[in-house]
Order: sequence, then C-alpha cells, then structure tokens
Amino acid sequence: MSGAATAHPAALGAAGGAGGARVATGELDLTHGVVLYLEGISVSFDGFKALDNLSLSIDAGELRCLIGPNGAGKTTMMDVITGKTRPDAGTAFFGQTIDLTRLSEAQIAQACIGRKFQKPTIFERHSVFENLELSMKADKRVRKTLFAKLSADEHQRIQDTLKLIHLEGESARTAGLLSHGQKQWLEIGMLLMQEPRLLLLDEPVAGMSDEETERTAELFLSLAGKHSLVVVEHDMAFVSKIARKVTVLHEGSVIAEGPMEQVQNDPRVIEVYLGR
Amino acid sequence: MTSARLYGPKGWALLGAFAAFVFVVMPIFNLYVPQESSFHMSTYWVTLLGKILCYAIVAVAMDLVWGYAGILSLGHGLFFALGGYAFGMYLMRQIGSDGQYRQPMPDFMVFLDWKEFPWHWWNSDSFWWCAMLAVVVPGLLAYVFGYFAFRSRVKGVYFSIITQALTFAAMLAFFRNAMGFGGNNGFTDFRRILDIPIATPQMRMILCATSALLLIGVLLLGRWLVTSKFGRVLAAIRDAEARVMFCGYDTMYYKLFVWTLSAVICGIAGALYVPQVGIINPSEMSPANSIEIAIWVAVGGRGSLAGAALGAGLVNGAKSFFTQNYPEYWLFFLGAIFIAITLFLPQGVLGLVNRFRKS
Repeated sequence: MSGAATAHPAALGAAGGAGGARVATGELDLTHGVVLYLEGISVSFDGFKALDNLSLSIDAGELRCLIGPNGAGKTTMMDVITGKTRPDAGTAFFGQTIDLTRLSEAQIAQACIGRKFQKPTIFERHSVFENLELSMKADKRVRKTLFAKLSADEHQRIQDTLKLIHLEGESARTAGLLSHGQKQWLEIGMLLMQEPRLLLLDEPVAGMSDEETERTAELFLSLAGKHSLVVVEHDMAFVSKIARKVTVLHEGSVIAEGPMEQVQNDPRVIEVYLGR
Repeated sequence: MTSARLYGPKGWALLGAFAAFVFVVMPIFNLYVPQESSFHMSTYWVTLLGKILCYAIVAVAMDLVWGYAGILSLGHGLFFALGGYAFGMYLMRQIGSDGQYRQPMPDFMVFLDWKEFPWHWWNSDSFWWCAMLAVVVPGLLAYVFGYFAFRSRVKGVYFSIITQALTFAAMLAFFRNAMGFGGNNGFTDFRRILDIPIATPQMRMILCATSALLLIGVLLLGRWLVTSKFGRVLAAIRDAEARVMFCGYDTMYYKLFVWTLSAVICGIAGALYVPQVGIINPSEMSPANSIEIAIWVAVGGRGSLAGAALGAGLVNGAKSFFTQNYPEYWLFFLGAIFIAITLFLPQGVLGLVNRFRKS
C-alpha cells in the first residue's frame, strides 16, 4: 500500500509547484480514490519534533482510526491538515489537487474538511439550532452572511441533523447547558452540517456514556462510505468496534498500519503503546 | 427582516417615547415656552443632552465591537476625536474673519505666521467635504490598522494595549503645532455652521435633535446587525474563534467589518459633538478618555446596545452632577462605580433590571 501512496504525492508536488494558482480553489478530485495524502511531513516546535517525516494516506470513504501514546503527534497532524500549523517540510494534499499547506483554516473548511476538537468546542451561548445554522454549508463571506435568510430547505436540513444527533427536543436550548456527551454530539452535528468530505475527529467519545458511545459507533459506521473519517481515540473498545484499518503513531511518525488484530500483535506497537 | 425581529413592542414604545421627547417635547419647552416661565427648558440642558447623546452613540459603537465581537478597544476616543477634528476644520473656516486677529485664516495659523493653508486643509471650507472626511478618515485608519492587527491575529489584551498606544501616539502628534491642527489648544471659538450662528437656541436644538436621530439610527442598524446571521457569527467569534474558522468563516473580515463600522460611527458622533461643546483639542485622544468609553459600556451592560447607550447617559449624567457640585470627588466616584460594576453587576445596570423583571 505504501508504494502506491508515495507515488502520487511525488507527482503531485511537481504539478502543484508548476500550477500554483490552480490549487487554491480547485474542486475535490478523487480520481485515484484517495482523499488525503500526507507525505514526509515534519513539524518541530523549538527543536522538539512533533511530527517526523510522517506519511499517511486515507482512501475516499474510509474510516481510519489513529492511535498512539500521548505526544505521538496526533493533534499536530490534525493541525497540519486543517491549516492551523504549517509543516516545516512535506506535502499535504486533499484529493489530487488541493494543496492544504497553502490554504487558511477557513479555506480548508470550505474545501470540505471538518474537524472536531478534543475538548468539545461549540458556541456555548448560542442555541443548539443556531450552532447548526452557523456551521451549515453556505457562502460564508461577510456580504452574504449579512443578508442570509434560512430557506425552508435549509431549515429541514437542520431538523434532520437534530434528529440524527438525538437533540430534536433541545433545539432552542442554550448549547452550554447540554451534557458533555450531548455537546460532543452537537459538535459532530456541526461538522455534518458543513457537508464535509473528510472528517477529523479528535477523541469523539471522551466523556460519553456507554450507550452514547454505542450510538456514536453506529453513526460513524453509517457515515463511512459517503464521507471519509479519521478518528483519533484512546478508547480501545471503541476503536476495535469501528476500526477497519488502524494507524499507530509514535514520536511523530507511523510505526504500524493495518487491521486491528495485526496492529495489536505488532511487537513495536506492544512495546511503545499497548504493552504499558 | 421584520420590525418585530428588531425590538419587541416595549422596545419600540421606549424608542418612540425617546423620539417624542427629543423631537416634540424638548423643542416646545425650549423654543416656544417663554424664558420667564418656570416650564422653560434652558438651552444649557439641550446642549448637555446633545453632548451625552453623542457619547451614547460612541458607547453603542463600542458595544458592537466589545460586547458582540469580543474586541476590547481602548482607543475608540481616537476615532471620535478624528471625526471631531475633520468637522472642526470646517467650523474653523466658518469663523471667517471674525477671529481675534480679524484675518481670513484661523487664529492659530495667524499666530504661527502661516501664510497659506497646509495641504490637508484643502477644500475645508466645504461642509460636505469635511463631513465626508469625518467619516472617511476614522474609517480608513480603522480599516488599515484593523487589517494588520486582525491578519496577524492580535487578540485580547495585546490588541487593547495597541489601540491604547495608537490613541496616545496620535495625541502626542496632535499636540505639535506643525500638524496644523492648532496644537494643544485645538480648535475653538466656533461661530457658524452653513452660515447660521451656532450659539442660538434653534441651532442648539437642531444639533441635539440630529444627535438623537443618529443615535436612533445607530441603535436600529446595530440591532439589525446583531440579530442577523452576521451578528450570530460575531458572537461566535467572541466565544470560540477557532471553531468559527474551522466552520469555514474567514473571521478576519468579520472583525474588520464591524471594527471599521464602529470607527465610522464614532467619527460621525465626534463631528456632531464638536459644534455642541464648542471645542476640540488633543486631550480628546488621551488614553483615559478611551478607557472611560469602555466604562460606559460596562456600566450599562455589555452585549446590549440599548444598555450601552444607557450606560453612557448614566455615567455622564453623574459626571455633570459631580463636576458641578463636588468636582474633587468625581474620579473617586467613577473608580468606585467601575469596581462595583465589575464585582457585582457583570451584566451592568441593564442586567440588574432584567434580573428584577425575571424574579
């Protein structure tokens, strides 16, 4: 798998360098069936290598779980993909054409990458409905937002999402008053309103009850296929429930990748992570 | 956008009552009730109210950026003063040859032995030109400053300190005679607007009513903004800016828009303020003045436009009372209310009113 994954970005890097202007607003191009390419990404903070020559590719429609001990670079990797952190070296492509290292956070979000933070980050003082309204896919420039009005269609979409995240009865409630698990769900709902092609989910079931975790697993499995998902999680029970393919990060690079059973039996993984 | 969305019936009634008072009751008791009558409202009160209304407009502008977008400016006095100076140039030209030196140039230029107007006084005898400058100069400065500050993601207390430094630097610049703005004396001794004498009850009333009209306009515009999706995005930026960015909004432009609008509103308020108080000098740009604007908003209720206007009215009403009766205690009182508000009334006076209404 790694052979195929490395071939594309190398070719792309050249194309991106030549036709720089083209990448900024390009449509997501999934011709090779790969939604995300990371190639040789390195990030260091004051000499500490948070990511060290990390390479990873995610297929379109895939549900990938990412595990690794604290400090392995999982959150930094998400920061690179979403434009919050610029890599010192390496390339990050969304589909075949969109160079993520050149776009701002807002542009990356508009290109349909949604991110859920480790700590649920919602608009606490807005109602649940407004939280979904604000994150809905729309023209998000100032001029359009000033005069924006919800169409019946958009209203319906919000209602559908409310149902999906089991918050129909809480529509008018101030989001800050929700339980921790409900906040997690609301944030997932906000991501879905963006109609993302790729969802990055940082510890989505932290603080959820067993039943909520169960429902989240079902939700993610139903989303895979139509969307691509990258889930960072410490909850091994949850990971083994949803995982098809697991990637293990350690000290900023990938040390193992494959089905859950294979990864669990990998001696290096046992050494750095599972064995402790 | 229906009127019901902007304000409830009570809100509209209050706004209507305020309009009726300024546009009908005040003119009658000021202009038509004879001065001997005990019902006569003296022009002193008209001018005082007009001045406070200008402050209220500034408070609403401040609340838009602070209460809604979470950007605490400690330099809003600068935009207010720039609007005042821009319109003040026109007022200086309207003095004509009636100044102390009986010369066609403003007194301070005669005193400095200047033979011709500096370049930035070009066309300053035109009312519309100076009125336009009062809008454009604060707006442009805010836009350029805001562009670099927001692009560099300067936030929180760092932003506040830079705005404070900006107004302080401008004050030092305006103190210099070479700037061509009258140095530390600034502009004063105004006589006319549009060739009509300022010091008449009619003109005072017109200026006060114009200030009231602007306040009402700003309240409606501000209310429309904060109840729109734009306003919800602003409040979201205040509470969780990173999330807003990851939702696909370029937050810089949202902040830049409301910041520039706020500065423009302050500039217009400054232009209306100067003819009413009869003076503009660099002390309007002193850091303390800008901090006071934040205090008005905190007292009235941050995050409520009407509350901000109310706060400006209460603090300045108290200021007029104290400076006339107990001038040495005013600053102690101001400090005390700020401490009391911070400790006991985080939602300001309006928050207190709302708490009583609920219980």
